[in-house]
Amino acid sequence: MQSLSNRAKKLEKKPMNFSERMYLPAIFQGLTITMRHFFKKKATISYPEQTRPMSAVWRGLHVLKRDEKGRERCTACGLCAVACPAEAITMVAGERKRGEEGLYREEKYAVSYEINMLRCIFCGLCEEACPKAAIFLQNDKTAPARYERDEFIYGKDRLVEPMPATGNNQ
Amino acid sequence: MESTVFLVKALIILAVFGVTLLIATYSTYAERKVAAFIQDRIGPNRAGPLGLFQPLADAVKLFFKEEFVPANANKFLFILGPSLSMLTACMASAVIPFGGSILIDGQYINVQAIEVNIGILYIFGVVALGVYGIMIGGWASNNKFSLLGAIRAASQNISYELAMGMSIIALLLVTSTLSLGEMARQQGEPLFGISGMNWNIFYQPLGFLIFIICAFAETNRVPFDLPECETELIGGYHTEYSSMGMGLYLFAEYVNIFVASAVMATLYFGGYNFPFMYDMGLPHNIVTLLGTVALFGKIFFFIFFFMWVRWTLPRFRYDQLMNLGWKILIPLSIANVIVTAAIILFKQEYFQ
Repeated sequence: MQSLSNRAKKLEKKPMNFSERMYLPAIFQGLTITMRHFFKKKATISYPEQTRPMSAVWRGLHVLKRDEKGRERCTACGLCAVACPAEAITMVAGERKRGEEGLYREEKYAVSYEINMLRCIFCGLCEEACPKAAIFLQNDKTAPARYERDEFIYGKDRLVEPMPATGNNQ
Repeated sequence: MESTVFLVKALIILAVFGVTLLIATYSTYAERKVAAFIQDRIGPNRAGPLGLFQPLADAVKLFFKEEFVPANANKFLFILGPSLSMLTACMASAVIPFGGSILIDGQYINVQAIEVNIGILYIFGVVALGVYGIMIGGWASNNKFSLLGAIRAASQNISYELAMGMSIIALLLVTSTLSLGEMARQQGEPLFGISGMNWNIFYQPLGFLIFIICAFAETNRVPFDLPECETELIGGYHTEYSSMGMGLYLFAEYVNIFVASAVMATLYFGGYNFPFMYDMGLPHNIVTLLGTVALFGKIFFFIFFFMWVRWTLPRFRYDQLMNLGWKILIPLSIANVIVTAAIILFKQEYFQ
């Protein structure tokens, strides 16, 4: 049959010679290949002890930042919740009382702030939406595996950045 | 005098049995490690240091699984199958000489559980019984895939035992004894002035090749693992088995590998003999100890070879298996017998 493209290659089926029919050289060749793999460097990273290096722009676990005086930056404006495509963020806003100026930066603050890590897709849109530079996705932490679904709803206790050791509120 | 001999002999029997089981246990671990290393992984490493308690964890897991017996299975035979498999596998290591002799109170005691002068025939008989365990288990499951696996195991074992027997006959012509202890002793004689190097592999290379191929088939290992071929038969003869019934079948396979490796090392690779063993002027018991270490080195190499081949070669098709057995190995082994016999006759006629 005439080939249309003239690119077809004619394959010749040669009868196997004696050493090929014995299969032993081929088996030996295969054994050397597997032996080379035996001594090769292993691809496994034994995870809990060893972790992969993460990129500088990696979007991992969220953190709610404090300002330079140790006050929470978040004002519960809700822009992050609106920006969130997975609807993972909920919050309840509250008014700052007299005497709490050292705790919250603005007159309004988040009484509760929850992120559902099972819904979150770690896109980073909350970070972009935030006008107060309060929420960031860290590049060195991930949300670890847990046994209960409830444990994946991160409240303020796990999201807010811990107080710096040498704060102004001493 | 008699009591020390009895005591030492009892200790040797216990040690041989214990070592057989221990090596089979750790073969499962070694298999997983070798598989992992060949596939660029690191293998089990969580249970204990380097994963060394993995066999214990596996055994505990198997013991706690439900012992399931199918509704229409023959209960007695269903339980007998794996037990028989395990029993015959453990019996075979009794006649293998695991070392030379120990000198105690001026008496030589051979490091061999049972000294019989038909050792190789005994091993053949016991290993051939092993297929009954598979056959009974496969049939008693009342499952067509189990039965197909069992039939494959039986026909494969029969086909390859012929070629194996023929390769042994050629070896018997060379050694002119059936006793494994005597064969091992003969291989300790000097060859080209090096003591302990008179190995049968130098006289029977083709016989060894046939023997090792048949040993793979007899132990149902890749590339001859058609009885348990998952792609065609689900799990073959142990499809219906769970818990320790399954465990015993798998364990029996590793005991068989150990026995096959020990037999190959004893028949063809000098047994407990190692080069220069009598030239160094060491005391008798030290030489025996080193010989035992050498034998286990050879056995471990063969066990590793079994695993190495498993993760290298794909499985045969059934007709290829039968072609290889009947059309290639058997004629080749018969030719080997004839050529060996002719050479021996020629030597007797013209050189002595």
